[in-house]
Order: sequence, then C-alpha cells, then structure tokens
Amino acid sequence: MEITSFLPPDIIRMIVSAVVIISFVFLNAMVMTYAERKLAGHFQRRPGPMEVGSHGLLQVIVDGLKLIGKQLILPKDVDRPLFRLAPLLAFIPVVLPFIVIPFSEKLQVADLNIGLIFILAISSLNGMAVLIAGWSSNNKYSLFGALRSVAQNIAYEIPILLVVLTVALMANTFSLKGLVEAQSGMWFILLQPVAFIIYFIAGLAETNRAPFDLSEAESELTAGFHTEYSGMGFSLFFLGEYANMFVVCSIATILFLGGWHGIPLPFLEYTGVFWFLLKVYALLFVMIWCRWTYPRVRFDQLMNLAWKYLIPFSLVNFIITAIVLVIVKL
Amino acid sequence: MKSETNTQQNQSFTLNMGPQHPSTHGVLQVILEMDGEYVLDPQPVLGYIHRMHEKMGESRPCRKFLPNTGRMDYVCALPFNHGYVGLIERAAGIEVPPRAEYIRVITSELNRVASHLLWLGAFLLDLGAFTPIMYSFDDREQILDILEEITGSRLTYCYFRPGGVYQDISDKFIEGTRAFIKRMRSRFSIYEKLVATNIIFIKRAEGVGVISPDMARRYGVTGPLLRGSGISYDIRKQEPYSVYSDFDFDVPVGENGDSLDRYKVRVQEMEQSLRIIEQALDKLPEGPYLGKAPKKIKLPPGDSSFSVEAARGELAYYLVGDGSEIPYRLKIRVPSYSNLSVLPELGRGILLADLVTIMGSFDLVIPEIDR
Repeated sequence: MEITSFLPPDIIRMIVSAVVIISFVFLNAMVMTYAERKLAGHFQRRPGPMEVGSHGLLQVIVDGLKLIGKQLILPKDVDRPLFRLAPLLAFIPVVLPFIVIPFSEKLQVADLNIGLIFILAISSLNGMAVLIAGWSSNNKYSLFGALRSVAQNIAYEIPILLVVLTVALMANTFSLKGLVEAQSGMWFILLQPVAFIIYFIAGLAETNRAPFDLSEAESELTAGFHTEYSGMGFSLFFLGEYANMFVVCSIATILFLGGWHGIPLPFLEYTGVFWFLLKVYALLFVMIWCRWTYPRVRFDQLMNLAWKYLIPFSLVNFIITAIVLVIVKL
Repeated sequence: MKSETNTQQNQSFTLNMGPQHPSTHGVLQVILEMDGEYVLDPQPVLGYIHRMHEKMGESRPCRKFLPNTGRMDYVCALPFNHGYVGLIERAAGIEVPPRAEYIRVITSELNRVASHLLWLGAFLLDLGAFTPIMYSFDDREQILDILEEITGSRLTYCYFRPGGVYQDISDKFIEGTRAFIKRMRSRFSIYEKLVATNIIFIKRAEGVGVISPDMARRYGVTGPLLRGSGISYDIRKQEPYSVYSDFDFDVPVGENGDSLDRYKVRVQEMEQSLRIIEQALDKLPEGPYLGKAPKKIKLPPGDSSFSVEAARGELAYYLVGDGSEIPYRLKIRVPSYSNLSVLPELGRGILLADLVTIMGSFDLVIPEIDR
C-alpha cells in the first residue's frame, strides 16, 4: 500500500494491512448483507428491511449486535475442539486471498509471482472447514451438507483450475498484477467468453450459492453443515461466505474484466479502485440475482454439470487456446 | 454418529425428517431409511396434530361442529364447510335457495385458487426458489381480502350454514372478485416465465415421483395427483353437487403423472376455477341467501354421505343419524391421507431431494391428515 510504503519496518506494514483487510472483509459483509436483503426484497416485489434506520440501513448493525449477543449453543455429543475450530477455519482461508488481490495498480499488499495459485490453494481449505463443521456437529443433516460440499468443491475446482490456467497461459504469468496488466489492450472476456461463463458457474458452485447451495439446502437439510451453529459461530460462516463471494468475483474481474482498467475519471485520483470495485460488485449483483431467481439443482445434476459439461469444455478450451497461442507465436 | 443399523447388506442409517423440518409443511414426520443420499424406505408417521374432529362431530349438535370443518384443512376451508353442510342438508332434507348455492360455488372456487397459489409458492420453496412464494402470496392476499369482506375470517372460514350461507355477498365483493379475475389472468404469464419455462425447475420436476394410473387407483389417490396421472376424475363433473352442472369448465389432466404434470394440472385448474367464478357471477340469481332450516336439526335414522372436490381431491363426509340432534357416527374421508399413502411406494430408491419434490408436489396439509 502506498501509505504504508514509507514506513520502514515490515512489521508495521503487516499489521496495518491485516487491520485494513479484516475491516474490509467485515465492511464488505455488511454491504453485501444489506444489498442482498434489499435486492431480494425488490426481486420479490416487497421493500425489504425498512424499520431500523432510514430504509433499514442500520439493520445490518443491529443484526450483527444480535449475533454477538447470542448464546453459543454446544449441542450434545459434539466434538468440542473441532466444533469450535471449524468456523475459524472457514474464515481464515477467505481472508488470506485479500493479500494478493490488486485493488488498483498500487493498492495491493503483496504481489506474489504465484498469486493465482496461492488464492486457489488457500480457497480449497474452505472445503476442509465445512467437512470439519459437518462431522463434529453430530447431526446427520450437517454431515450430509458437509459431504455434499466436499464433493462439490472437488468437482468444481477442476474447471476453475483449467480456466485459470487458460488465462494464465495467455498472460504468461501467475501474478495477479501481471494478469491485469496483460489486459491493458483488450479484456480477456472478449477473447475467452466461454472460459468466463465456465468460471462464473463454477464460482457460484464454489461459493455454495444458489442455485448450487446444496451443502446448506434449506428445504432438504434444514441448514446443512451449519445447522448446529449459533451466534458468532454461525456469523463466521456467514462472513466467510460473503468474503468468499468477493474473492471469487474479484478473481473473475482480474482474469476477465481487466481488473482496475477503465476510463480515467476527472474527479477521482485513484480511479483504479473505483473501476475494480464497480466490476466486482456488478458480478456480485448477478450472483444475488441468480440466487433469488432460480430453484436449486439436484445433487446428481450438479455433478453431471461439472463432470459432463464444464470439465470437458474447459479442457477443450484450454487445448485450443494453447494451440492458437503456439500458432500466433510462430 | 449414532443409531446406525445393519438392516441392509450395505450400511444404511435412519434419518428423521420432521416433525420439525422446513419441507414437511407442518408436523409430519417421515422416518427415512437412507443409504447415502438415497432413500430406501420412507415411512410417514401421523398423529402429531390429531384433534379428534370426528369424535367431536359425534358429541355435539351438527351446527356446533361447523367451525371444526374449517380447521381441518385451513388452506382450503370452504370446501370442507361445503361438504359438511351438504351432508346435513342431504340427511335432514333441507332446501337451499339457488343464490346461496351460487355464492357457495363462487367462494369455494376462490378458496381453491387461494389454496393452489399457496401450494405453488410452497412447492417452489421446496425446490429452493424463494421468489415465487412472494408472488403467489401477493395474489393469494387479494383473495383473502375479498373473502374476509363477506366471511369475516381470512383462513379458517365458517361461512356456510345448513340451508345457505351466513350473509349475502355485497357489490364490493362482486367488484373485487371481477377485478381479481382480471388481475389473476395477467399473472399466469408471470408464473409461466418465472417457473414453468425455467430449465432447472423442469429438470427437477420432470419424471420425478411418477404415479401410474394403476398405482393411483390402488391407493385411492384423488385430486390433482390423480388427474396428473391422466385419469379425468373430478367430483364436480362426476357427481355434480351444488350447482356445478350449470357451468362450463374443463377438467385438466396430465400425461405422465410426474411432479411436473401435477404442477401443470394445478395451474390449469386455477384458470378453470376463474372461469367458473366468472360464469357464476354472470348468472348469479336474486333471492334469499339463507333458506328455511330448523334451528335444531334432527338427523333422521339412517346413513348418508356427501362428497365434494376439495383443492386436494375428493373429500367425503359420511354420517349415521339416530333421530337425535347429535350424529351417531361421523366419518370424514380426507384427500391428503390417501394421497400421502403413496409416498412409501414412490419414495423407494430415490434421492433425498426428489423425496422433498414429491412431498411438495402432493400439497399435503397435515391437520387434514391427522384430523
């Protein structure tokens, strides 16, 4: 970060970055909760939250206070250490990717040369947390949700990896900054529309969002893997979900939508951040839109979609891209 | 994990679905023998909301049992009213003026549309779509407002009386109903776009829970489930009660007997109900709304029965009188009970998600089953 760059010790920089990232994650969760409830309301022809604050703006804060004040219920016969550990494990892997996300040309904590791989590696830990939560809860519905989630994550990580590799092949780098810089001329969505669609569908599945929210399918599994969680245990999963959505959408923005690139605005000094956040929140809006429009798919249909359609298509796409790149370079 | 059993060759386990579960819509409990995601044997457990309605009917004069009828099926209470007053009228030989019969038909059909709308939302909610229920409740709210105007209640109606109805319909009611018909007709295309053409919905409902005509006959399945299986059986056509023979309407039937057909049948039934209401409003005769009926109705010795088409299927009341005011025996045949009895056979070897779809497509109302 530019502000911290003149501070000599790396420790201070680390602490400031951590505080900024955590605050952003919480802020994002608040914005997203409000946006989701308000948008859901308008999709359903009702006003949404209106009571607390003007147009329900303070509803999120009140809800947060309520969740903090709630008793943490420990059901009978749970595996205590794992039950307590799971929400934290769900939260940490979605915060870490923020380290490498370039919000603008300069606003980035660390530009790892393997940034993309780092994010994908960290994100897969999320499945672990869900499995632990489901297993330790001593509830069959939780276990169901956890097993579904793990199978889903494994299936959908493959198309994501293949798509990401395709783009990395074009940009010739794994650094997120490098990927954005490679799109200064033309966004990759124009060159790789199929890859973008595959990534977005797989991203919906990866974040357990409707229509792929099978691990917490309300009508089948009551609340899936977090059935037994209350208070802050539940809120950490909740925060994790929104942070994860943000990460998935920001990767989509970085890989396909040209990251911080956009028309320079006269009234803003750092237009990169504005364009980046605009693109990310536009994608998040589409995610919310999908959730409140579609019914949930069935588990076998979900698996079929991944193994029969997304993986072959992304593989073919990858091979074609590679061949074309070789021909162009010749 | 506890309570694992070794009943099958591969390990199966028991999963308790309900009595408190989002998709059992009430206090139905289904004990599932599961093998992973597959249901091996679903067994419904009834009786959590048993209130002895039939026994209550045998212990008080028939007028005092009227409020009970609306509490059995709270979603579609007026046909339950209708069945009981129809039974009393048949047993005691009470004449009903034509205007009362027309009002009964109009209100019953409005109630049927309201019931189907609630089902539509709840079914889609079972499939994981949150938005249709808000749309359908918006429409249903209009009906509740219209019916509240004349019946005085919104859900557990007690509007029909032996010999007629409790009070006459107003001009406001007629206007409101006509406006609702117009509004509802324009809403069908919204449901078509939002639900019926949705690829995920079709994939979830098509071929799921196929009830063959033979199976439907074996279990005594009635209502939209039976018509979804392709059998055109509707009490309003088969043995027309009240003034249903005066109206021109179709009985929609399905082809495959799957959940998608049940959806289509119910949506078409709503359209037919609107047709009936419209015709009834046009033909509405003048005259008294309440005929002459003795205050204390004596039920002559002998048995009598009366069937109506409730929103979920054939509802039959059977009564044995002994010359006193209080029925000697009262038996109520409710549609959801026999509809639910198909579930153990349908639910073998299917996915848990499909079981939820099937139960949703049955349109179960638990207080009606348990009575």
